[in-house]
Amino acid sequence: MSTLPQSLAIPGILARDEQMILSDWLKEMSTGARRADLIKDNELRAQCAQFLKLVRQAAQTAGSNFKASVWDPVREMLGDVSRNRALQGFTPSETATFVFSLKRPLFNRIQEEYKGQPHAMAAEIWAATELLDEMGLYTTEVFQKSKEELVRRQQEELLELSTPVVKLWDGVVALPLIGTLDSARTQVVMESLLQAIVQTNSRVAIIDITGVPTVDTVVAQHLLKTVTAARLMGADCIISGVRPQIAQTIVHLGINLLDVTTKATLAAAFNVALQRLGVQFVKDVPKG
Amino acid sequence: MEKIPILRMGNYLLVTIQVDMHDRLAMALQEDLTRMISDTEARGVLIDISSLEIVDSFIGRMLGNIAAMSRVLDAETVVVGMQPAVAITLVELGLSLAGVRTALNVDAGMELLKAAV
Repeated sequence: MSTLPQSLAIPGILARDEQMILSDWLKEMSTGARRADLIKDNELRAQCAQFLKLVRQAAQTAGSNFKASVWDPVREMLGDVSRNRALQGFTPSETATFVFSLKRPLFNRIQEEYKGQPHAMAAEIWAATELLDEMGLYTTEVFQKSKEELVRRQQEELLELSTPVVKLWDGVVALPLIGTLDSARTQVVMESLLQAIVQTNSRVAIIDITGVPTVDTVVAQHLLKTVTAARLMGADCIISGVRPQIAQTIVHLGINLLDVTTKATLAAAFNVALQRLGVQFVKDVPKG
Repeated sequence: MEKIPILRMGNYLLVTIQVDMHDRLAMALQEDLTRMISDTEARGVLIDISSLEIVDSFIGRMLGNIAAMSRVLDAETVVVGMQPAVAITLVELGLSLAGVRTALNVDAGMELLKAAV
C-alpha cells in the first residue's frame, strides 16, 4: 500500500486533465491491444470515460487503498468489463491491458505536474503504479473466474446431455452411453436409469456401451452396481455394444460379468428384451 | 408398540411396509411373518417396500433373511417396488440380496409368485 494515500495527485490530475488523459489512453490502446473486431470505438470511449470518472471519485475519498469499500464501484465496473471481455473472446492480457495502458498517459501527466521534484514524482508514480497493478490483477482474476464458471456450466450441461434414457418398447428402456465414464457421471447415469425404470414401469433395461471407448475396473464396477440396483428394483438389465477390445480387457482384468446378460449389439439385446416380455414378431408373407 | 400388518390373500401373504423401519420393528416382522407362514401354510410372500425411503445394512440384511427363512418354510418371497435411492444404497452397502426375487410393482410381483408356486 502507498505510504502517502492522502497526498495522492491522481484525483487532482484526473479532474483537470481528464479529457487529455482519455484521448491519450485511447491512443495508447489503439496502438497496443486494441481489438476493433470485438469492441466498437464509441463503446470503448464511453467505457474509458466512465472508468476515469469512477477512479477520480474513489481516489478523492480513499486515496490509493484499492481494498477500501469506496473503490467498490470501480471494482464492480472492472468486474463487468472483464466478464464481458472473457465472453467476447478477449485474451487475459488484452483484458488486463485495458488498465495497464492507462499507465503511460497518467505517468506523463504526473511527470509534468512534478517537474523538478524528483522525490515527490517518484512517490506519486509508485502510488499510481501500485494502484493500477492491483486493478490489472483484479481484472485478470475476474477474467479467470468467469472462464472457470463457463467451463463448469458446460460440464454440467454435458453431464445432463450425456445421459438420455430412451424408451424402446412398452416395458423396455435403453441407455446409450457415450464417452468416458467417471464416478460422477456414472452416478448420474445410474440414477437416471433407475428413475426411468420406475417412471416407465419397465421390466427390461438395456445399457448400450458402444460409445464408451475404454472399460476399466472402476467403470466395470459401476456397471455391475447399476445392474444389481436395477435387479433389486425388479428389472432385468442387459449390457450391449461390448466391443472385442472391451471383452478382452474385461477378461484380462478378471471382472466377473457372468451374472449379467451381455450382447454384442443393441439389436441383439432388444431381441432378448422382447423375448423376456413374450413379444414375437411375425414376418408378413405375401400370399399367392 | 407399532406393528406391521400381514394380510392373507389365498395362498399368499402380503406385507406392506409403510413406516420407517427400525431394528426392533424389523425383528418383530421377522417373528410374525415366519409364524404366519407356518400357521397358514402360505406358499408365497409379497413384501411391498415402495414407501420405504431409507434403509440401512440391518434392514437390507433382514430382507435377505426373511426370504431365506420363507424358503426353508417352503414359501417364495418377492420384494416389490424398491425405490431407486434404496436400491443404490443397498448396492453401495454391498447387499445384492442374491436369493431374493424382485418385481417392479405388486402386479408384477403377484404374477411372479403365481408362476413360481
